[in-house]
Amino acid sequence: MNAIVTLSGVTKRYTRGKQTVEVLHGIDLEIAQGDFVALMGPSGSGKTTLLNLIGGLDQPSTGSVAVAGERIDTLSGSKLAKWRARHIGFVFQFYNLMPMLTAQRNVELPLLLTSLSAAQRKKNAEAALAVVGLADRSKHKPNELSGGQAQRVAIARALVADPTLLVCDEPTGDLDRNTADEILHLLQTLNREHGKTIVMVTHDPKAAEFASHQMHLDKGLLVGTTVAA
Amino acid sequence: MKFFPLLWATLWRKKIRTIFTLMSIMIAFLLFGMLQGVNAAFHSGVDNANVNRLIVSSRISLTEALPLSQMQQMDALPGVAHVTYAVWFDARYQEQKNFLFAVPTDIDRYLATIPEVKVAPDQVEALKRTRSGILIGTVAAKKYGWKIGDRVPLHSNIWTRKADGQSDWAFDVVGFYDFTGDPSQTDGAIFNYSYFDEARAFRNGTIGWWIVSVKDPNQSAAVAQAIDKLFENSSDETKSQSEKEFAQGFMKQFGDINFIVTAILGAVFFTLLFLTGNTMMQSVRERVPEMAVLKTLGFSDGQVLTLVFAESLLLCLLAAALGLLLAQMIFPLIAGKIGAASLPLQVLATGGLIAVVLAVLTGLPPALSASRLNIVDALRS
Ligand SMILES: Nc1ncnc2c1ncn2[C@@H]1O[C@H](COP(=O)(O)OP(=O)(O)OP(=O)(O)O)[C@@H](O)[C@H]1O
Ligand SMILES: [Mg+2]
Repeated sequence: MNAIVTLSGVTKRYTRGKQTVEVLHGIDLEIAQGDFVALMGPSGSGKTTLLNLIGGLDQPSTGSVAVAGERIDTLSGSKLAKWRARHIGFVFQFYNLMPMLTAQRNVELPLLLTSLSAAQRKKNAEAALAVVGLADRSKHKPNELSGGQAQRVAIARALVADPTLLVCDEPTGDLDRNTADEILHLLQTLNREHGKTIVMVTHDPKAAEFASHQMHLDKGLLVGTTVAA
Repeated sequence: MKFFPLLWATLWRKKIRTIFTLMSIMIAFLLFGMLQGVNAAFHSGVDNANVNRLIVSSRISLTEALPLSQMQQMDALPGVAHVTYAVWFDARYQEQKNFLFAVPTDIDRYLATIPEVKVAPDQVEALKRTRSGILIGTVAAKKYGWKIGDRVPLHSNIWTRKADGQSDWAFDVVGFYDFTGDPSQTDGAIFNYSYFDEARAFRNGTIGWWIVSVKDPNQSAAVAQAIDKLFENSSDETKSQSEKEFAQGFMKQFGDINFIVTAILGAVFFTLLFLTGNTMMQSVRERVPEMAVLKTLGFSDGQVLTLVFAESLLLCLLAAALGLLLAQMIFPLIAGKIGAASLPLQVLATGGLIAVVLAVLTGLPPALSASRLNIVDALRS
């Protein structure tokens, strides 16, 4: 297996006042290049925490996290920010778009950190919007879009800089069944046809079926991996 | 610069609030521009005062007349270079609000004593030839559009004419004058004392005040003393002051303008500081999730800090520029009354500096707190 993400012996502790809680207790996992992994588990089991470690938003208390051969648990804050810009596309449950920017400007945001020209940025943003099927909504603001459309814009923003890894935290958690399925189909297409490696946290067993692997987390421990039929 | 659209969109996120803040800052700077402009205009008299010239007026009061006969005695004093004189004519053109600093004098003496006044030689000759002639200052000439050959009616609030008992005078424009280094001095006119004195109904043979230039500026205090001593115990005692002392004394009539202006502006900007600071803080607090997203996308702490700070800098500079621009447009409309033509550059520069300080004080705290934001915590909330 050609692993793009490797975690070994990862623990995560949070300190609140005098109390220290260990949320993840020694996680070892590998995600292969081109995989689509669904991370499942009950609420509070540490899914978001684990995803944040893989996406370089947070750092482990012990253990190592390597993505595309690079150890990210040792990177400093500003290096980690640069690393995220280059390697990770994030999709959140509540889209987290900038309300005052048009869809196209939202998608363009990650490209502001690259050396691309204004024209090139615009072109790439429009291409990403076309991939998610929203080429005709580029001038719309988030409040002029439906939930499903807003999430597509968020996916376009996550894709636009061509990241190594797409990281999604309950991307369909706020959507109805049909819209959720459309989003999941889109993610599947991105995985199958564009070769994007995707890690997706979800509560929803139906959503997890779109992935090629399922990982289950319970009380901070990985309890099993299932390969899709 | 590629961040500008983001910055601009963020600034206008809450339109009403931004407009309200913009207006408050703008009005504060409009007030700043106007008050400082007035202040500077009042002080320009002091700043431009000449050290080697004395103003000699009646000891009793500024408005008391002095006899023309004092001139020979002063001419003869050692240390005195030139002596000239003027009378307060209180001229108005057509309306009371059109005040003109018009003085009757002896043109040769006037030019010798006040060399800053510049007149073309042929126009000096024309004034001497034409009894009812008048030289117009360049600012006044521009304001009223007067040309050589025009007959200018001037109403005096003081002097009536012997011939008809009326206070309406008429003069023939024969030329113009400039004032080196201070154009505000040219919102006036100069005409022949001989013509004026013959035609006026009362106080003939008197003048309003003497203007005396001294040979050695270091001796001006001694010369002033000598002049006052000369007329001590006569029926027309004098009070001699340097131009600067005279200008300062004149200004004291209006109270301590500098203090009043500083106090008002201090209160305004103090209030503005809290208003703007609070607005900035609030607007950043509302945007915590957005800041977290920017950081998620790979914006560094420093970039987030710069974005938030640039936003308040943009707001403050934009508002200050609008306010000062407005002040610059409105100021000339009132400036004529106090003898200034436009807002001094120094006032604009100081205003710009204050805008930057305001931006730093109100923008830096929220910018720092935004840059210190922890992504994971912010996303969780
Ligand atoms: N910053 C923090 N400080 C303290 N405790 C935290 C912090 N972040 C997470 N936790 C705790 O860690 C545990 C796991 O949280 P996490 O958000 O990873 O769970 P989750 O599986 O994503 O849950 P959900 O399905 O509800 O999103 C929870 O008990 C939570 O209270
Ligand atoms: Mg979660």
